[in-house]
Amino acid sequence: MYEGVVQNLIDELGLLPGVGPKSAQRIAFHLLSADPADVKRLAHVLLEVKERVRFCRVCGNVAAEEECRICRDTRRDPHVICVVEESKDVVAIEKTREFRGRYHVLGGAISPIEGVGPDDLRIRELMARLADGQVTELILATDPNLEGEATATYLARLVKPMGLKVTRLASGLPVGGDLEYADEVTLGRAFEGRRLLDV
Amino acid sequence: MNLYRDEGIVLRTQKLGEADRIVTVLTKRIGKVRGVAKGVRRTKSRWGARLEPFTHVDLQLHTGRSLDVITQAETLRPYGEALVTDYPRYTAGIAMLETADRLTMGEKEPALRQFLLLVGGLRTLVEGDHEARLVLDAYFLRSLAVAGYAPALESCARCSTPAIRAFAIQAGGVVCAACRPPGAAVPAAETIGLMIALTRGDWASADASEARHRTECSGLVAAYLQWHLEHGIRSLRHVERL
Repeated sequence: MYEGVVQNLIDELGLLPGVGPKSAQRIAFHLLSADPADVKRLAHVLLEVKERVRFCRVCGNVAAEEECRICRDTRRDPHVICVVEESKDVVAIEKTREFRGRYHVLGGAISPIEGVGPDDLRIRELMARLADGQVTELILATDPNLEGEATATYLARLVKPMGLKVTRLASGLPVGGDLEYADEVTLGRAFEGRRLLDV
Repeated sequence: MNLYRDEGIVLRTQKLGEADRIVTVLTKRIGKVRGVAKGVRRTKSRWGARLEPFTHVDLQLHTGRSLDVITQAETLRPYGEALVTDYPRYTAGIAMLETADRLTMGEKEPALRQFLLLVGGLRTLVEGDHEARLVLDAYFLRSLAVAGYAPALESCARCSTPAIRAFAIQAGGVVCAACRPPGAAVPAAETIGLMIALTRGDWASADASEARHRTECSGLVAAYLQWHLEHGIRSLRHVERL
């Protein structure tokens, strides 16, 4: 146990995800020995992020303004919406530079065992976005786990009467891996989703 | 017992740290086991798909200080793959997993009959020959019976008179007019008949039942289950009826 304020700092840092008591102590002592200007900047950023950052009113992504950067960008294709679980997934897809459409962040996945149902996600907002008929394709990019798949199934069934093109991200073998190490489910899906090699 | 092996059904998973998961498995011989699966949330994980809920797996675990560590996993049958493409069946399946988790209270206490019942229930659900809600109610009634809470359905739960009048959860099933406590439900005779058919596995009668009796049966079974578990089944609220 350290004296008052130092222990308070360790306790607060220990509340962060993935930070255990030992890591909290290490970060606290790093801050104690750091340049005061650096620490002030960190404190300022922490306060600023809490005050300024909000969720985009259109897609639910984190944004510094009423609408996020992607929703404001007129060069993005408004006819395609990619549905993801979290804002972190938007960043992951943006890094690919493959997708030029817009996003919709659900805020999680359907998980009945955790008490999370369709009404707890931003599905109503998605339906409102689809209602104007401008969107022609909906890409379901929820996580490739059971809850993500169930959410995709639910959404596909919900939008089916709208006559949209609904697609699901492909599952398969990771690039750079060995085939023999793939698990049966992933390998099975890779077979299902095999494509014609037109050379 | 440092290293041990058993087959089981994955009941649920919880995130742990950066990329790990705590996996709860109802195993055939040992009972309910909670083990850490390291690195399974990474997309490059070789066995993330094998440790998803509903999967029937062959596991090897290493005894740890607080939680055991899963060292190997092989898929025996991935029930989740088929269920996830059918939302009503998926929600019914999740309610089965949650109930199995609740009914097997202690860890590492053998529960072979509960395990076999769960495997049978999931298989029936995947085969899709019967309505998901019927399969779920049949599973509830039989798992309660295995746990020692079988409802009396053919004679009064209190005095054994065959002339039944109402269904009283706190009395333990159907009751006669004399034993009927205040507030007991008075279901249709066909609903009680459906409950008997589901308990016995008489699918011909169950499949021929009317929708209103199925709805009434589901309500009674859910209330009876939750009263005995002294706990709500969270996923039950999300189960979809066709």
